[in-house]
Amino acid sequence: MLDTDQLIICEHCDCVYHKVPLKKHQKALCQRCGAVLQRYNGMTLQQRLALSITAGVLWLMANFYPVMSISLKGLSNSATLWDSVLALADGPITFIALVAAISIIIAPMFQLAILIWVLGFALASKRSPGFITFMRWLESLRPWSMLEVCLLGAMVAVFKLAGLLDVLPGIGLFALAILSLLMIRIAGRDIRELWDALP
Amino acid sequence: MTDLVEASQLNLVLCHTCGKACDATRALHECDRCGAPLHERKPNSLARTWAYLIAALVFYIPANLLPVMNTQMLGEGEDSTIMSGVIEFASHGAWDIAVIIFIASIAVPATKFVALGLLLVTVQRGSTWAQKERSTLYRFVELIGYWSMLDVLVVALVAALVKFQALGDIEPRPGILFFGLVVVFTMLAAMSFDPRMIWETRPPKEHTDEVSSH
Repeated sequence: MLDTDQLIICEHCDCVYHKVPLKKHQKALCQRCGAVLQRYNGMTLQQRLALSITAGVLWLMANFYPVMSISLKGLSNSATLWDSVLALADGPITFIALVAAISIIIAPMFQLAILIWVLGFALASKRSPGFITFMRWLESLRPWSMLEVCLLGAMVAVFKLAGLLDVLPGIGLFALAILSLLMIRIAGRDIRELWDALP
Repeated sequence: MTDLVEASQLNLVLCHTCGKACDATRALHECDRCGAPLHERKPNSLARTWAYLIAALVFYIPANLLPVMNTQMLGEGEDSTIMSGVIEFASHGAWDIAVIIFIASIAVPATKFVALGLLLVTVQRGSTWAQKERSTLYRFVELIGYWSMLDVLVVALVAALVKFQALGDIEPRPGILFFGLVVVFTMLAAMSFDPRMIWETRPPKEHTDEVSSH
């Protein structure tokens, strides 16, 4: 009987490999299809939890401060992420508001809440209540969380409006910028290591 | 190069949710670590991918033809489609922004249609042509997928900001709904496709999910 814990199966072509210890900046590639099998991850639990809490604060800032404000002939207006979702909700196109809300507000919120919850318990070498469910949620949420797209969208919007009126980026935009970068680092697939770390 | 062994030869099945190599001899239907359903291949992969891809292709037509937003400036209203937005940026000399929007909104969905279509057809023929390159192509499709949401989010932000009644007002239009649906359906298509089929040299039998057949 093989010890299956030490095996990796390539997701893209089903080849089987033994796990190898990696050094900094190293990654293991599948010999047949070239997919990444393992990537070096130097982050400790404490660091990941600290970054998750930071990201949680940034999420609050990105959502409660306006992303940008504009002014035209003495009138001014500002919009938060939630305002943008509401702007799509009018009329027959409400469904797209739901997609937007999930991708820029709801999915990242759940990802962060779950990360903080699971990592908090992991720090005490314990599986949190609902560990299995939450770990599966993290996998399902990942493709639908699109903060980096939202960041580029906000920057395009700045340029789009800059020709017509005065545009001022808000605190929300800066929070969004850092948050989207942090999410790439903390909410990636390497969180699966927790399965092995907490048997 | 050592001989490569496939999971099925060792009676192993990969859990797609947690990445565990599960023992197939025990005939498990669920991963013993995370409880996610186990499949040797994603169920009905070819049929599902085709269905999502064709649905996306159908929505791609109104997404490009219908206006995505309406701009009212000092009483003058104007509808704009995705392409007219690109042209407007380009004509104002903002080439960089025009290129970003063109790539995200028009080139990325079009690339996904061509790439997924190519992958589906070659897999159905059991082709051995450029297998490694096709694997890379699939990963590329997965990577670029969600960037097409860009235009939806731009329209949302702009419409939320410009609300000055008579002086200036921007509203979303139905085109953006179809555009969002294109993005969602192409993402579902890419997720349904099982890249391991690229390496099956016989034309694949459809891997149906016996458990869920009612």
